[in-house]
Amino acid sequence: MARIESTEQLLAQIVAREVTVSETKDKEGEVKKTETLVQGVSTVDYAKAGVNLDVLASTEHVVPIAEAMAENGFFVEAVTGVDWIKDDQMEVIYDYNRMDKEPCRVAVRVRIARSAPAIPTISSIHPGANWHERETHDFFGIKFQGHPDLSPILLPEDADFHPLLKDFKP
Amino acid sequence: MTVPIRYREDETFVLNLGPQHPATHGVLRVKLTMDGEYIVKAEPVLGYIHRMHEKMAESGSFGQFLPNTPRMDYLGALSYNHGYVMAVEQAAGIEVPERAEYIRVITVELNRLSSHLLWFGAFVLDLGGFTPLLYAFDDREKVLDLLEMVTGSRLTYCYFRFGGLYNDIEDDFVTGCREFIARLRSRMPTHYRDLVTGNIILQKRLKDIGIIDADMCARYGATGPVLRGAGVEYDVRKNHPYSAYPEFDFDIPYFPQCDSWARYLVRMEEMEQSMRIIEQALDKLPDGPVNAAKVPKIIKPDDGTYYTAVEAARGTFGIRMVCDGGKGPYRLKLRSPTFSNLSLFGEVAEGMLLADALAVMGSLDLVIPEIDR
Repeated sequence: MARIESTEQLLAQIVAREVTVSETKDKEGEVKKTETLVQGVSTVDYAKAGVNLDVLASTEHVVPIAEAMAENGFFVEAVTGVDWIKDDQMEVIYDYNRMDKEPCRVAVRVRIARSAPAIPTISSIHPGANWHERETHDFFGIKFQGHPDLSPILLPEDADFHPLLKDFKP
Repeated sequence: MTVPIRYREDETFVLNLGPQHPATHGVLRVKLTMDGEYIVKAEPVLGYIHRMHEKMAESGSFGQFLPNTPRMDYLGALSYNHGYVMAVEQAAGIEVPERAEYIRVITVELNRLSSHLLWFGAFVLDLGGFTPLLYAFDDREKVLDLLEMVTGSRLTYCYFRFGGLYNDIEDDFVTGCREFIARLRSRMPTHYRDLVTGNIILQKRLKDIGIIDADMCARYGATGPVLRGAGVEYDVRKNHPYSAYPEFDFDIPYFPQCDSWARYLVRMEEMEQSMRIIEQALDKLPDGPVNAAKVPKIIKPDDGTYYTAVEAARGTFGIRMVCDGGKGPYRLKLRSPTFSNLSLFGEVAEGMLLADALAVMGSLDLVIPEIDR
């Protein structure tokens, strides 16, 4: 448990908490405030979400988080994307895990614009992210700025399409 | 052992290993820059059997993707099947009966045994020993018969369902399992340990070759026997317990040598542990139903993102699933263990003899359809 708390503090120093408050009036006219997390670290139920910490971050946090995680014994288990076509956004999800007796899984989620999507690479900090980022570029066309080689890894070498985009037509 | 490379740029040549090469165990190509017999640079080229399982998952319902899962790692199919049903059960909040969990563990461990037996045979074959393959396949055949009895297929098992199993096991299966374990136990010392593990030629080919240490594993995200051969006691079954694994008494074998020999020993020891787990599960097998009482026909999990991981025969198989209230996953990312395990090959093969690099590749236990997905 201590590991989860210390990691939460570590990440909270990098990603400042930001919420939007929306007010709704219920039947009796009382004002109800609901908070939506825009950015920040939250502890989630492992049994349901499969991770201990869920981090909503933005592009400038990606590299500082990767550096802090590398220093603290985390490794990158996967990097992937999601195409949120309705919001005109893309999401990049980084899954961090550690190999010792104090289990702590962390998901870092970053939303970026859907047109010309770009995000800094973490492959120089975690070499294991290299192929995962190449794969994400294959499937979504997300540019990982500073990546040494974004040539197709799973798709044919001359592929100029991104099949996991929701508006992809074969 | 690596040697410092002293080569002249104009004296190197490029050697294509694969995509049709028996030592790559599938359709993998490695572009090697060679200086005589030594490797200057190794670059794996993937994607020859890429089938875009992730898009197939998005375009159908949850149930429709189920038969795809065993077709990724066709040698350890049930771990993949297990990982996917667990992911959907976790997201939709479906409870699995205890008997079903026990049978899942028994069949997954049998599958792990068959996968390791095939690896053993193929690995020793790569190194030039033919006979052990026949012994390993003899034993593996028994596992295939047992799994065929319950799942109906010999390789691409799709046995688990959301909330349970396709059908219950019969007494024949239970006695068959016990007979198989007794037989494999009796053959282990002679046909495996004396013949192969104790063989000085094998040891000389593997010891101190292909050093992959804990630091390199962490940098590349390597898991499974590769990580345990680097002296790290990490196994999803113990570190993030799932299914019925907490009920059983078993050890996680790990060896600190970091070489191909350590990875060999880890898998040999894992077979012993799998047999222990199966025996305990058969002894304690509870009665009861094998399917959850209430599983909706159309599964609709809550919106959100979910992560599930299981220990497959080759390492951590992870699923990241994003649901948006539809009939199927909005996004399904399949994190296959050998994709990460192979990504360190370029670094480890540098400065190595070609023949040794092939031994190291064998010790990584690659299954290409799982890398390419």
